[in-house]
Amino acid sequence: MTDAEAESVIDAMALFLALPVEPKYRPGIAAHLQAARRIAGPLLAVDLGDHAEPAPVYTP
Amino acid sequence: MKSATEIALAVRRGQTTARAETEAALARIAALNPGLNAFTAVTADRALRQAAAVDARGDKGPLAGVPFAVKNLFDVAGLPTLAGSKINRDAAPALRDATLIARLEAAGAVLVGALNMGEYAYDFTGENAHDGASRNPHDPARMSGGSSGGSGTAAVGMVPLTLGSDTNGSIRVPASLCGLFGLKPTYGRLSRAGTFPFVASLDHLGPLARHAGDLALAYDAMTGPDAGDAGLADRAAPPVLPDLARGIGGLRIARAGGYFAAMQGPEARAALDIVAGALGAGAVVIDGVAEARAAAYLITMAEGAALHLDRLRARAADFDPEVRDRLLAGAMIPAAWVAKAQAWRRVFRDRMLAAFSTCDVILAPTTPCVAPLAGQKTLDLDGQVLPLRPNLGIFTQPISFVGFPVVAVPVWLQGAALPIGVQVITAPWREDLALRVAHHLEIAGVCAARTGGGVTI
Repeated sequence: MTDAEAESVIDAMALFLALPVEPKYRPGIAAHLQAARRIAGPLLAVDLGDHAEPAPVYTP
Repeated sequence: MKSATEIALAVRRGQTTARAETEAALARIAALNPGLNAFTAVTADRALRQAAAVDARGDKGPLAGVPFAVKNLFDVAGLPTLAGSKINRDAAPALRDATLIARLEAAGAVLVGALNMGEYAYDFTGENAHDGASRNPHDPARMSGGSSGGSGTAAVGMVPLTLGSDTNGSIRVPASLCGLFGLKPTYGRLSRAGTFPFVASLDHLGPLARHAGDLALAYDAMTGPDAGDAGLADRAAPPVLPDLARGIGGLRIARAGGYFAAMQGPEARAALDIVAGALGAGAVVIDGVAEARAAAYLITMAEGAALHLDRLRARAADFDPEVRDRLLAGAMIPAAWVAKAQAWRRVFRDRMLAAFSTCDVILAPTTPCVAPLAGQKTLDLDGQVLPLRPNLGIFTQPISFVGFPVVAVPVWLQGAALPIGVQVITAPWREDLALRVAHHLEIAGVCAARTGGGVTI
C-alpha cells in the first residue's frame, strides 16, 4: 500500500467512522495501516474454504 | 531478597512476620523505585493493615506475608484503574479488588502497590507518555519490555511476585528483557474479573517472579471459578505445586523450527541452544505461524480500536501518541480480515494440537533480542531492519493467539550483561508441565533470575 493509498483509506474511514484525525496523527496511522497490510499478507493469501468456523468464544 | 516461597515458609514458622516482610518491601521500593519507575501507586497503609491481619491469623495461608504488586489495569479498591492511561485518571475509584488480588490476599499475600504499564496494554516496550518508562533494572538505559513493564521491573529487586496481563506477549516480553520467570496460563484459566480489558478474545492474566516455584505457588492460589469473567473455562484446575519437583523424566521435548528459528539475534538462538541442549530436545516444525501472528495482530488492532472508539472520538489528544495512532488505524481494519483471523484461530489451534500429539513441551524464543535501548525505534533481525514496537512480540503473539500455556524462563549467556528468555510451551491446561520444566531448568542451574546491578537491601 503506497503512502497515497494509505491517505485515501484514512480520509474515507475517518469520514465513515466520524474519527477526529488531526494532521499530526496521519503519518502514524498510515504507517500502522501499511504495517498491518504487510503483516496480514500471509493470512489473506490463505484459501480457508466455506466451512472454517470462527472462534469468537474460544475454548482451547 | 528472599523468594515468595521462603517468605511464606518463614512467616508460617514464626521466623519473621508479615509486617517485617512488608516493611522490607516498602523500603526496597522507596530506595529503588525513583530510579526505575516501576510503581504508579504504593499502597503502604493498606499493606501494613493487611500484614497485621495476616500476623493475627491462625492459619496464615500459603502466601503468608508475601508482598506483591499488580499492573495498574487491576482494580485496587480505592484507586482509579489507570490501565496506563491519562484518560482513566478521571474514572471513579474501584469499589473492590480484582479477583486475583482478593485470592492472593486470602492466601496471606500483601498488596503493596500498582505498577506502570504501556497505555491500555498496547505495547511491548514499557514506555509510557504519561508516567514515563519503566526501566530495566539490569541497565536503566534499556527497556523493561511491556506492556507489563512495571511488573517486570518490580519483580527483579523490589517484590518477589507481581501480576501482569498478556494479550500478545505482555507478560513474557518483560520476563525475557528483565530476566524473570513469567507464566501466561491457558486462555480461560485465571479470572480476569476486575481488570481493565484490551482484547477480550486474547486477554490473559498471570504472575511474574524470580523463581518457577513462586509462579506455581501464586498460580495455585489464583485458580477457581468466577462468574465475573465470561471467558473463564468451566474446568477444574488441579494444583501444580505437589508435582513441581517431579523433573522431566518421560517428557517429550522439542525445539520449534521454521518460523521460530528465523528473525532473531544471536542471543536468542544461543539461549535456545542452551535450554534445548539441557533438556535433550528434539525438533518440531509447526506450519501457519506467520498467519497466526498476522491474525492476532489484526484481531488486536480491531478489537482494541472497538473498545476505545468513543474515547478516540472524544479525547484523542489525551492518548499516548504511539497508542493513539495504532488504535485509529485499527478502527480502519476491514471486518472481513478480522473474521478470517478468527477462523484461522481454530485452524492453527488444530495444528498446534497435532504438534503436541508428538511431544509434551515445545521450546521457542521469547523475544528476538535482549532489552533494546530506551527510545529505540527499529530492530535489526537477520539483516532486516524492522520497526521495534510490533516486532518484539513476533514469537509470543502466535502462542497467546491460540491460548496455549507458556512459562518464559530466563537465560544469562556467559559473560552477558543482559538476560533473554525462552518460551516453554505446553498443550492447553498443562501449566503443570511447563512449570515442572521451568523448575527443573532452575534447579539444574540453566535458568535463573538475578537481582539488578547493586540492588541488594
